[in-house]
Amino acid sequence: MKGLAHPMPVTTTATTASEISSEREQVGAGANSSIISARNINVHYGEKPALVNVSVEIPRHQVTAMIGPSGCGKSTFLRCLNRMNDLIESCRVEGDIFLDGEDIHAPQVDVVTLRMRVGMVFQKPNPFPKSIYDNVAYGPRIHGMADSNSELDEIVLNSLERAGLLDEVRDRMHDSAMGLSGGQQQRLCIARAIAIAPEVILMDEPCSSLDPIASARVEDLIDELRQKYSIIVVTHSMQQAARISQKTAFFHLGELVEEGETERIFTAPKDTRTHAYITGRIG
Amino acid sequence: MNNAVLSQRMQTQLRRRHAAEKRFRWYGAAALCFALAFLFVLLATIIFNGAGVFIHKRMLFEVAVSEHHGDRYGAMIKDSWKAQFPEVTNRRQRRELYGLISRDAEFLLREHLAGVSVPDNGIVVLSVPFSGDAGEFLETDPEKRDAFSERLSPEQRGWLERIEASGQVETVFNKDFFLNADSREPEIAGILGALIGSMLTMCVTFLFSFPIGVMAAIYLEEFAAKGRLFRFIEVNINNLAAVPSIVFGLLGLAVFIGLFGVPRSTPLVGGLVLGLMTLPTMIIATRAALQAVPSSLRYAALALGATPTQALLHQGLPAAMPGIFTGAIIGMAQALGETAPLLMIGMVAFVADIPDGFTSASTALPVQVFLWADSPERGFVEKTSAAILVLLAFLAVMNSAAIYLRRKFEIKW
Ligand SMILES: Nc1ncnc2c1ncn2[C@@H]1O[C@H](COP(=O)(O)OP(=O)(O)OP(=O)(O)O)[C@@H](O)[C@H]1O
Ligand SMILES: [Mg+2]
Repeated sequence: MKGLAHPMPVTTTATTASEISSEREQVGAGANSSIISARNINVHYGEKPALVNVSVEIPRHQVTAMIGPSGCGKSTFLRCLNRMNDLIESCRVEGDIFLDGEDIHAPQVDVVTLRMRVGMVFQKPNPFPKSIYDNVAYGPRIHGMADSNSELDEIVLNSLERAGLLDEVRDRMHDSAMGLSGGQQQRLCIARAIAIAPEVILMDEPCSSLDPIASARVEDLIDELRQKYSIIVVTHSMQQAARISQKTAFFHLGELVEEGETERIFTAPKDTRTHAYITGRIG
Repeated sequence: MNNAVLSQRMQTQLRRRHAAEKRFRWYGAAALCFALAFLFVLLATIIFNGAGVFIHKRMLFEVAVSEHHGDRYGAMIKDSWKAQFPEVTNRRQRRELYGLISRDAEFLLREHLAGVSVPDNGIVVLSVPFSGDAGEFLETDPEKRDAFSERLSPEQRGWLERIEASGQVETVFNKDFFLNADSREPEIAGILGALIGSMLTMCVTFLFSFPIGVMAAIYLEEFAAKGRLFRFIEVNINNLAAVPSIVFGLLGLAVFIGLFGVPRSTPLVGGLVLGLMTLPTMIIATRAALQAVPSSLRYAALALGATPTQALLHQGLPAAMPGIFTGAIIGMAQALGETAPLLMIGMVAFVADIPDGFTSASTALPVQVFLWADSPERGFVEKTSAAILVLLAFLAVMNSAAIYLRRKFEIKW
């Protein structure tokens, strides 16, 4: 709790939240340029290993892409970072994860604060069965981020705008979110996650049910968000990974096979498995 | 077309599969018809037997209010009644004559006079019920009235027919049945006492079992460590749901009345006992409803930094609400129809007053049915069926409320 509390109280809108982030960057940048570092992560579901000895650094203010065949443990790894795996009864996580140099498994760490700082967009869109407005406003409300209704309105509109959804829902903000299409729901979930201005955003296949145009918008969004946040994106599209990320990590059967600058991974992979995967021979 | 593609064997098999399909549907339809037929016969019988209660015969009766009787209203009634039959002279005849109108008449007169001032001629017109046998006699078809030869003397029958011919008999909706409490006299016995008793009891049952049941279920589902103790408690709750209700009556007698001194025969103790009985159903239904909520919903809230309690209260519980209400209403409906445990805690006493609170003596609808079914007077036979109809109507109202609440909380996925 002490260690992970916000350096400044979170106030008002996304614009001020961004100021906070940039200040924080100046403080932290000299010490360590990676926002998250995971060391020797082992995850088991029951007896079954899902991640084996994964160590990776997530750079600050960059987009890190996680690629790998289905079932290789990408989602599992993301869930380690905001401790959502705590909720899965059979799941056992070993190893150390540091967020801004602080161990997220330390006893004094409050998971509520951790999850506020590390936001998540799930693989399957999971909007609340409430109005579109209430979906986005939920996070800011529970954290008391807005002092007035107009401030809350601003956060909601801003988040929807940046998720590229505002124009489609402007005149049905108070209709149920369940009436949105799959792709719209996914963008709503993105809007919901960025409404609380986290430092890190974990995105599990954010474009899996989007058409190319909507995908392009989300990619633009991710690129824009990079200015203020650090982002991890799981994706099955090599092109997307190449377009949007600065760093890429390739997982295979629970192992982190290779990681490095995106350009290098895609042009000169060191491991034969990486090479096989990006050229479409395994997966 | 099939012949070309399918082999001989496949064709035979396909025919058999279609036949099996058809047969299976018929079994289902037959089972449904069977069940419906029984329900229909049951309902029809009850309605046929009980419908007579809802309209009844009353007599429009001119009562002479005389000074010299003072407040002896019974005497005024008797005198005015007798005055219509000059031939009645001896005591036996007088007694038979008075036996034709309800004993309630003098109370009706008193109430009536309390509200209005007596006109100058001293005559007030009063609508009074007949006594049980007389009322039934008048309601019977004239050709079939011979059946009353044992219950009414030839003279009594003559008088009743004369009254009927004179146009003093009116057929009206029996509002007394809905406004009176129980009585020894079938013609004035009403259901209101038992109805209010049941309502009060159900209130206590709901207030007792709903919050406790829901909280217990939430704890078990969301917070309890799922260890050996958990399994033990789980199994026992399931067992409790199957314990015969009379056992809860005994428990209530020992604990609530014996230990805590809750007054017996009251809606309070009845509600507590039925609440105990309903508790396992509530817990099981609530847990099932909570389990049915997709966990992605709670994960979404938790990932936004909601505490587990917030995730539950804001997302999980509202989504589970329709299911919880369904379970609650099943439990309450069960409790409403329960008689045995109420017998154990004295709610079977004869109560001639309408209960005016949670601690006044009262019966409940199913107990009233039991009491009337057990009464020797013929007038109570149709009352029994009418009481069952009221019980069923109560149930229907409760179920409608549940459906309304469920609709209100329903989520479109
Ligand atoms: N809740 C769970 N319980 C048990 N095993 C699980 C659970 N979640 C994931 N696993 C297992 O862990 C392994 C990694 O799963 P994970 O969901 O992380 O894969 P992924 O890389 O995200 O795959 P995809 O690309 O298909 O989403 C799989 O073998 C999966 O079966
Ligand atoms: Mg996944």
